[in-house]
Amino acid sequence: MSDLTLKVDNLHVHFPTPAGVVKAVNGVTFTLRQRERLGLVGESGSGKTTTALALMRLLAPPARIPHGSMILDGVDLLALSEEKMRQARFAEISMVPQGAMNSLNPVMRIRSQFVELFQAHGQFTSSSDIDARIASLLEQVGLNPSVAGMFPHELSGGMKQRVCIAMAVALRPKVIIADEPTSALDVVVQRQVMETLGRVQEALGATVILVGHDMGLMAQFVDRIGVMYAGRLVEVGPVRTIFRTPKHPYTQMLIASIPTLEQKKLFKGIPGVAPSLLNPPSGCPFHVRCDQRLEHCSRIVPDSIALSPDHWVACHLYPKEEHHDQPA
Amino acid sequence: MSVRYIVQRTAIFVLVIVLAVTVNFAIPRLIPGDPVEQQLAQLSATSSGSMSIDITAMAQAYREKFGLDRPVIEQYFNYWRDILRFEFGYSLSNYPETVSNSISAALPWTLGLVGVSTFISFVIGSLLGGLLAWPRIPRVLRGFIPILMVISAVPYFLLGIILIYTLAIVGRAFPAGGAYTFGSTLRFDLQTIGDILRHAALPATSIIIAGIGSWALSMRGMMISVLGEDYIKLAQAKGLRERRIFLWYGMRNSMLPQLTTLALALGYVVSGAILVEVIFSYPGLGYKLYQAIQTKDYFVVQGIVLMLIIAIGFALYVMDLIYPLIDPRIQYERA
Repeated sequence: MSDLTLKVDNLHVHFPTPAGVVKAVNGVTFTLRQRERLGLVGESGSGKTTTALALMRLLAPPARIPHGSMILDGVDLLALSEEKMRQARFAEISMVPQGAMNSLNPVMRIRSQFVELFQAHGQFTSSSDIDARIASLLEQVGLNPSVAGMFPHELSGGMKQRVCIAMAVALRPKVIIADEPTSALDVVVQRQVMETLGRVQEALGATVILVGHDMGLMAQFVDRIGVMYAGRLVEVGPVRTIFRTPKHPYTQMLIASIPTLEQKKLFKGIPGVAPSLLNPPSGCPFHVRCDQRLEHCSRIVPDSIALSPDHWVACHLYPKEEHHDQPA
Repeated sequence: MSVRYIVQRTAIFVLVIVLAVTVNFAIPRLIPGDPVEQQLAQLSATSSGSMSIDITAMAQAYREKFGLDRPVIEQYFNYWRDILRFEFGYSLSNYPETVSNSISAALPWTLGLVGVSTFISFVIGSLLGGLLAWPRIPRVLRGFIPILMVISAVPYFLLGIILIYTLAIVGRAFPAGGAYTFGSTLRFDLQTIGDILRHAALPATSIIIAGIGSWALSMRGMMISVLGEDYIKLAQAKGLRERRIFLWYGMRNSMLPQLTTLALALGYVVSGAILVEVIFSYPGLGYKLYQAIQTKDYFVVQGIVLMLIIAIGFALYVMDLIYPLIDPRIQYERA
């Protein structure tokens, strides 16, 4: 673990709607070190994907980012011009898409979809040179170089996702965001795709943000987990710590809801539903469903506090004073 | 391209033609009224009894000449024989002009006017529709959408009448009708071409404007659904330039269903834009068809309708053959 690569500070994403402003992401702060793998987990609507899209500045209008900064290697992505940001996409920060099945242009051969990527970033040299690069990228993700001459519909879901991974690393980015990269695949292919992703990431020395809600996948793949709830990051910590000694009541319930082979008792879900982001509950957004609620939980939004240099939680159960002051 | 696919498509095309010829043969003979007697009755009315005409004998003579006295089945086979020789018989109302002559005189005007304007309308309309669906265009442009809806509901002949009134009768900027200045000889020089274009301007404008609305609206609908696809999101994430995403991801994928409609529309071109041609007295096939229907000119109607059916069948046949080239997901083998 070396230098900080990405520092996201107090990120907010708002969607103005006729009924009011939906605060989809509400003050998310985290940092990523080089080569690190961070998992973002949470229920549907907790802001994981919105955070991921915000990192690439790909939120469709009318979404806005009213506050926050996202500093990648000393450059604030939010301050870049649209053209500079376009150049940064895939070159600095790339993405493995969610829908493997439909993420490639159906009427273009795989080769052309690589070529346009190199062209858009001024890296098109000569045809033979590019063909060699495409072939080596495809080999790197375990595909036959002849795949370059095929159309997307001629490939299986797993193969398409490998093509996407090859594209995501083609320009040697520093950060790869993988938004539920295996959600459309069966478990066997899932495992192969994740192994491929892990392998190319290590070869590249890139940082990965894995977005998803598959806790088993997270446990196998990531170094640290960030738990999101109602647009906030409620707990961040090393994957072992989160699984063994979760601190936030939401994380505890989340971990308790994972079925295991040993336990035969009825497994527990979390009562209630995720809160509305249009009219979020006052105070801690989880207090409505929390079984360890304190008297002031419904009034005061808890700050994020460090339980150890690497483990942060935003909950009133853990008193503030004796801890470190900066999130790490 | 597999041979089997081509053979299959060709067989379907031939089948369509055979059915069309058969139906085309049958329908005019089901229309009440006898064309020969009607024509002769007109003749005797205009000659106001000064000539002594034996209507029955003349009708009989004409029926024999046109083969209308034979059994239907024989007429049918004769019809086929003539068609294969590109002989559609004589025009009943303009005897002794042949139907083939009549059609070949009108066809170039129609292909030029209606074909070109349909294509222009398609290009402008599709581009406009694609742009209107694109999220990052000026808000002002979005005001076009209701305008397009209104335009697409206005029939082109109504637009034609408005254009004639404003630009030809009141404005005197363009001729009100015809394909070229009456009495001029047609030569291949700039003056003649200019004259033809000036005459084509108003009918072409009415066809183009009337078409743009529906092309644009259907394109906009397709584009909106294509923009929701995952591949658009990945294209943006890849950092492709906006123009590239618009053309190669958006337009390219939304265009596929539009092209089928275009093939059909180009097939219909052969029948001309009947009402536009009538309003502008444009000497195309549409005008010819209109006249022929009015005078119950069987053979001309049959000839034009047959041309129309063959043209549409042919357009769809060509579309079938090239569709797998523009959409790789369609396979020759499975079709």
